[in-house]
Amino acid sequence: MFGLNTKDTRLLILVAILVVLAPFILNPFPENSAMAQFNAGYPDLMQRFVIFGIFAIGFNILFGLTGYLSFGHAAFLGVGSYAAIWMMKLLTMNVVPAIILSVVFAGLFSLLVGWISLRRSGIYFSILTLAFAQMSYSLAYSVLTPITGGETGLQPKLNDPRILDGALAEGATPKANLFGLEMGASYELGIGGWLFTLNAGYYIAGVLMLASFYLAIRIFRSPFGMMLRAVKSNQQRMNYTGLNSKPYTLAAFVISGMYAGLAGGLMVAMDTQAGPERMFWTVGGEVVLMTILGGAGTLIGPVLGAGMIKYMENIISKINSKILHEWFAFMPDGVEDFIVNILYPFIGKGWHLTLGLIFMAVVIFLPGGLVEGGQRIARLFGRGKKASEKDASGKTTPAE
Amino acid sequence: MGILEVKGVGKRFGGLHALSDVNLSVKENTVHAIIGPNGAGKSTLLNCFVGKLIPDTGSVMFDGQSVLGRKPHEINQMGISRVFQTPEIFSDLTVLENMMIPCFAQRDGAFSMAAYADMMKDKDIVGRAEAELEAMNMADKREMNAASMSRGDKRRLEIAMCLSQQPRLLLLDEPTAGMARADTNNTIDLLKQIKEERDITIAIIEHDMHVVFSLAERITVLAQGTPLVEDVPDNIKGHPKVREAYLGETQVAA
Ligand SMILES: Nc1ncnc2c1ncn2[C@@H]1O[C@H](COP(=O)(O)OP(=O)(O)OP(=O)(O)O)[C@@H](O)[C@H]1O
Ligand SMILES: [Mg+2]
Repeated sequence: MFGLNTKDTRLLILVAILVVLAPFILNPFPENSAMAQFNAGYPDLMQRFVIFGIFAIGFNILFGLTGYLSFGHAAFLGVGSYAAIWMMKLLTMNVVPAIILSVVFAGLFSLLVGWISLRRSGIYFSILTLAFAQMSYSLAYSVLTPITGGETGLQPKLNDPRILDGALAEGATPKANLFGLEMGASYELGIGGWLFTLNAGYYIAGVLMLASFYLAIRIFRSPFGMMLRAVKSNQQRMNYTGLNSKPYTLAAFVISGMYAGLAGGLMVAMDTQAGPERMFWTVGGEVVLMTILGGAGTLIGPVLGAGMIKYMENIISKINSKILHEWFAFMPDGVEDFIVNILYPFIGKGWHLTLGLIFMAVVIFLPGGLVEGGQRIARLFGRGKKASEKDASGKTTPAE
Repeated sequence: MGILEVKGVGKRFGGLHALSDVNLSVKENTVHAIIGPNGAGKSTLLNCFVGKLIPDTGSVMFDGQSVLGRKPHEINQMGISRVFQTPEIFSDLTVLENMMIPCFAQRDGAFSMAAYADMMKDKDIVGRAEAELEAMNMADKREMNAASMSRGDKRRLEIAMCLSQQPRLLLLDEPTAGMARADTNNTIDLLKQIKEERDITIAIIEHDMHVVFSLAERITVLAQGTPLVEDVPDNIKGHPKVREAYLGETQVAA
């Protein structure tokens, strides 16, 4: 279906179902229960899941396929954001031009950065991209203030030209919309003790995430995608086979830059603001973590990685010592205090510590990321039944 | 006129004259061996054919066109394929994918932005790759990861990849170096078979005289960066100059 093989079609449909049902799946606990803080089904967080999912899917096309590790993709996210916010200031609060232009500008900028950075490979390439991102960040902060709004960043103002929109009433705030449907519009659905929020912005970002995912599958299965894997595998053989590895790598770089731009544009569509902090190198580092955590070079891995990191950032960071005490209240006082004291550094602001430990564990024990973890579990369950058939067929699976 | 014409080629590395005034002509549809003691400049010469090195002086013409200054991928597109001393294949890819890449390169050129097509649905390419695997007796390995093959099979795959492009000139740099006797003999048989079945010119660098004398129709002996003699195998065997160059190396006599 959709020009995909059965396995990929199944994966795409599964992801589509998850995106559609996320507001329900992520809100498994009733509103007033003690576990309600683990609910992740609120619009703000769900938007971040899919937007960072897009960012990571694109990054994976570069890093997962060609092996070129960029630390500078925050710059393209930032350029996408600024392009989008300017469209909202100059043209219209409708998100369509904002999103299109964010992709275009990020693509152009990544063409420039990629063209220069790809003169080197390995660690030198990574350092060059990092340098570009940090330069962009500093410029956005200082010299380019007239365009970027400097430290305060940019928001749509009442008196912006917005030539396609009619004038707003005095005191009204410009709201991002899709042909009138506001991004913030939500439909709240109460069922028993549960409350589910169906948010327009989330579903629009979700549809774009699905489209991005579909496109990534096509790229993975195309001759172009195979050439990108050839770049990672053996550039020397590639060149002596009559293929020019340079334009392939550059194309992958630009495509991933455009994905980053789309993510940046969508961020603006959701929160109508842009600032230089989006270009900070840690943002580019985060997408590296997401991709590796989920499984670089796999289709679904980056999405899983993005979801996991954003979930931890938002949920674990909300746990405080009071909540811990509530959880362990059933224990004797001394033991309770002891356990709370041990766990305390890993929660709240300490969520980075937890993430770091998980990341280390994954890299050491599951080099293929969460996807490999899933495959191992699946194999564990499949073994009992299929072991005999496999031996009979005599097929050997290559050792890792 | 040979298909490959080398005239007055010289190459220095600092003070070392790796090649000086090399003249060589490889005739179409022959197997031409280049032999010589260690450090004679054989690999350096080969690297000048494929764009890895640019000679300081002289010219290298392939089919009437200069290859000098062209990139490796451009030279391949002209019709020269190269097999490396240690097999260079795409280890992370399957055997079939390894075969498909050179087919794509030959049909679609050095760069093609086919990012939306399904490569497995490209009947032309899949068919060619499979036919080539079949011809090399490797059809049963098509789904295998290339890294997990034996060394002999990797060499076979690399040669198959080069042949799938139907090159006019196949260059081999010590294709049997480090191989066990059985693998070496398999490689000799394979190259003999290729020579019989296809219109192809082969230039081969080799240390193993058994391989050289089983295959070559003409031999050039290189010593200290210059060709000593060029002749048919029978005349090379007992040539005094060659014995001199290989002084102490008993392989020639054997
Ligand atoms: N890139 C280089 N820089 C400096 N010197 C080099 C370089 N490549 C080769 N040489 C030198 O040039 C000479 C010829 O080397 P080359 O590798 O061509 O010899 P060869 O005939 O292939 O030898 P072998 O049989 O050992 O492979 C050697 O003395 C070698 O040390
Ligand atoms: Mg050599």
